[in-house]
Amino acid sequence: MIDTFVIPLVKILVVLNATLVAVSYMVLLERKVIAWTQSRLGPMRVGPYGVLQPIADAIKLMIKEDITPVRADRWVFTLAPIISMVPALIVYAVIPFGPTVTIFGHAVPLYVTDINVGLLYIVSVASVGVYGIILAGYASNSKYPLLASLRASAQLISYEVAVTLTLVSVILMAGSLSMVSIVLAQEQARVWYGFVQPLAFGIFFIGSLAETNRAPFDMPEAEQELTGGFHTEYSGMRFALFFLAEYANMIVVSSVATTLFLGGWLRPFPNVAWLGVLDLIPGWIWFLVKSFVFLYIFIWVRATLPRYRYDQLMRLGWKVLIPLAILNLVATAIVKVWWLA
Amino acid sequence: MQGWLSILLMIALGAGFALVSVLLSSVLGPRQPTAEKLAPYECGMPPVGDARERQSVKFYLIAMIFLLFDIEVAFLYPWAMALRDLGWSGFVQVLLFMTLLFFGYLYVWRKGALDWDAPEPRRAGWR
Repeated sequence: MIDTFVIPLVKILVVLNATLVAVSYMVLLERKVIAWTQSRLGPMRVGPYGVLQPIADAIKLMIKEDITPVRADRWVFTLAPIISMVPALIVYAVIPFGPTVTIFGHAVPLYVTDINVGLLYIVSVASVGVYGIILAGYASNSKYPLLASLRASAQLISYEVAVTLTLVSVILMAGSLSMVSIVLAQEQARVWYGFVQPLAFGIFFIGSLAETNRAPFDMPEAEQELTGGFHTEYSGMRFALFFLAEYANMIVVSSVATTLFLGGWLRPFPNVAWLGVLDLIPGWIWFLVKSFVFLYIFIWVRATLPRYRYDQLMRLGWKVLIPLAILNLVATAIVKVWWLA
Repeated sequence: MQGWLSILLMIALGAGFALVSVLLSSVLGPRQPTAEKLAPYECGMPPVGDARERQSVKFYLIAMIFLLFDIEVAFLYPWAMALRDLGWSGFVQVLLFMTLLFFGYLYVWRKGALDWDAPEPRRAGWR
């Protein structure tokens, strides 16, 4: 009873709560880091050094007037942010934050569940988020959101091809779709896949910047040409859901990158025996540190690089990343079959 | 099935969070609509015409090409899982499949379907 229902439920609640808190503090972190890059202070008013800013933001967004424009399709307009938000949250079900640990005599794996098609689940659930963006633009019935949502969906599906192709190379390496097995395969090979698959890692990183609508690919939110992007007409909590979904997706891609390419919960240099001291630090801390580095690079990139033009973005996706990903996949397959033969 | 039960729970709780927060904000927020506030946003100007006009055909083209490539990738997932047992014969078969698709990709490229700037003057056949 406890192992079937209570522990999974507790884990899900912990993961969802941690995600939502992490997401709101991501917003603060981003504002702070960008402010420091530009020699500003960032939010300082709410609490010491602005640490309570996310709570203030949440309350503000909660009690704002929630406007539905007259021409909008009311139901779809409300549904779109929910369709955006839910996939971003439920992906966390298969992300392994750490190995199995023992708490009060119960062996508790530090992940919600380990299904044997974990990676496929992530890819398919993450693609559902595109519908939220298309429907938001369509339902708003306003020119800028519609244009922005078309651009966003074209961008997302273009980079999805390259990203999923790189994931196939990782599956070839690990021989499994389960996220936990992929980490265990890296433990067995005593190397992070980021080092054996540098090209796939690079394509995945660029692709994940584009998949999460982040600078330099934040075309859907290009303020100068499209006002607010696909959520121009949104306000209040429905707007906040789009925002939360974007940041939750950022944490998702960092966690997936950590799991697939940076060895998940493994310590750095799993091939160097005398660094075994590092194993004293629990795995989930390594996982969080690696994901955090990834998230920091996301913000750093946004603070540093100017935005791409749309034709440059599509050229990069279709004419550079996809051929490279196919090349990498074929090369990986040849090496793999050679190795096994 | 144990794993999928957790996922169902996760979907229910995630959707619950999204629904409750939208409902809560519609209860808590004020409601003072004016004609200007409810109009579609067009940089402060009165909105002109309908928003759902015809859009560039390139978006549809990209969507179609995406479908082809995504199906290709979907075929590759089970192949990648089974490559251990398939060996060279499985590799050569999928390489053939990918080569065919790659020629299709080259064709699309040469036809200019992947160019987003102004269409180039039509080339006669393969240069």
